[in-house]
Amino acid sequence: MSLKRKDLIGIAPLDPDEIRLILETADSFKEVSGREIKKVPALRGKTVVNFFFEPSTRTRTSFELAAKRLSADVINFSPSASSVVKGETLLDTARNIEAMQADIIVLRHQAAGAAETLARGVRASVINAGDGWHEHPTQALLDLFTLREKKREFNGLRVAIVGDLAHSRVARSNIYALTKLGAEVRAAGPPTMIPYGLDKLGVRIFYKLEEALRGVDVIMMLRLQLERQGRALFPTIREYSNLYSLTADRLKLADSQALVMHPGPINRGVEIAPDVADSLSSVILDQAANGVAVRMAVLYLLSGAS
Amino acid sequence: MPKEKLIMDASEVSRALTRIAHEILERNKGTQELALVGIRTGGVHLAHRLARRIQTIERAQVPIGELDITLYRDDLALRKDQPVLRKTTIPFNISDLRIVLVDDVLCTGRTIRAAMDGLMDLGRPAEIQLAVLVDRGHRQLPIKANYIGKNIPTARDEIVHVYLEEEGEEDRVVILNGGES
Repeated sequence: MSLKRKDLIGIAPLDPDEIRLILETADSFKEVSGREIKKVPALRGKTVVNFFFEPSTRTRTSFELAAKRLSADVINFSPSASSVVKGETLLDTARNIEAMQADIIVLRHQAAGAAETLARGVRASVINAGDGWHEHPTQALLDLFTLREKKREFNGLRVAIVGDLAHSRVARSNIYALTKLGAEVRAAGPPTMIPYGLDKLGVRIFYKLEEALRGVDVIMMLRLQLERQGRALFPTIREYSNLYSLTADRLKLADSQALVMHPGPINRGVEIAPDVADSLSSVILDQAANGVAVRMAVLYLLSGAS
Repeated sequence: MPKEKLIMDASEVSRALTRIAHEILERNKGTQELALVGIRTGGVHLAHRLARRIQTIERAQVPIGELDITLYRDDLALRKDQPVLRKTTIPFNISDLRIVLVDDVLCTGRTIRAAMDGLMDLGRPAEIQLAVLVDRGHRQLPIKANYIGKNIPTARDEIVHVYLEEEGEEDRVVILNGGES
């Protein structure tokens, strides 16, 4: 089978077979990243534009590396250095880029729905690299890929997602992906960080971290967005940390083979204790390494002729 | 249903592979620095069979690799849907080895071109040789096999299909007539 889509906007519209196809394709690309010459000619002559309206190091670098390993030409475009500050709209800027024969546009934008809007307006393929609080599909795919390497089977896997789920596109994409593949998803965080209606996505909600962690196979910690601290989601960082930080003691409540994941960048000592982040249970660095293979898979699958 | 015409039966396939195994050993004067690389999917099965025969004849193990050429195809940019990617598994360093590429059917030569490019990205083999079960002509590139199971003259619109036990079929080579398949 193949991915019959022009764009990757989110996990929500994908069916389980499409998710599995991406993961299996990524498996083949992981072999390429282990070679001495880490380059294949699959996207030779294609142009990939990284269009990032929000600061990002790992996602942008990961996409850039992925595109380069596929032999595509890569342009990095950030708004501070472009005509966006001169008042040009997103779509106009994108159409100008497209006029220069871009084949794939990777978009990170602070507004939910930006990728969808762009995808409708341009002929090029659009990959959502994070839009507001909506989705961050490639992050969820690389989390799934990492899980699959360690746990093999998604069906019946118990996963706790901990932190600010209300403002997390990573959490949303992961919830869609995990529930589609049959995993049991739990959410844990203070009530201010659990969005209304989350249970309708098939998620069990816990306000006490200890209860959520009992017996789980995977713990996904979300980054506490300290830059949102002014929004009165919790009284102090210390209080949040006391109640919701993943410590070695709390980790013991989970299954003894449990994996600890974090999309990064981590706030050591805030949402995750340093010894847990560096422990054997932690697969945080595997996640970063797998990101390139997963993004190569997505770029490859979307690169068919239009 | 298109008409199937039998070209090689199971014993003919078996004899051809035995002969090719002998020819490989003769040409390379044994198994020193020798490795087999099968092109997915049919070529991989044939590479394993050749290795077993070489093992019987010479009592020596030959390393086997499995090569997926998808990323090196010359029509990727033209296709609407991308072909399914499979894994390349070559668990040894190919540099300075004599590599025998193995495939089931040789036709235009484009697959072999892609396979050679794929191999070159993995190292610098001392030599690349080519073994195929069937050569059906219609070359579009200057490529020639060193070991051929059988030459089969075909029309351009005919389809040659190699069925193998490893895929749950009785070993045989057939020609499907009339373009449709």
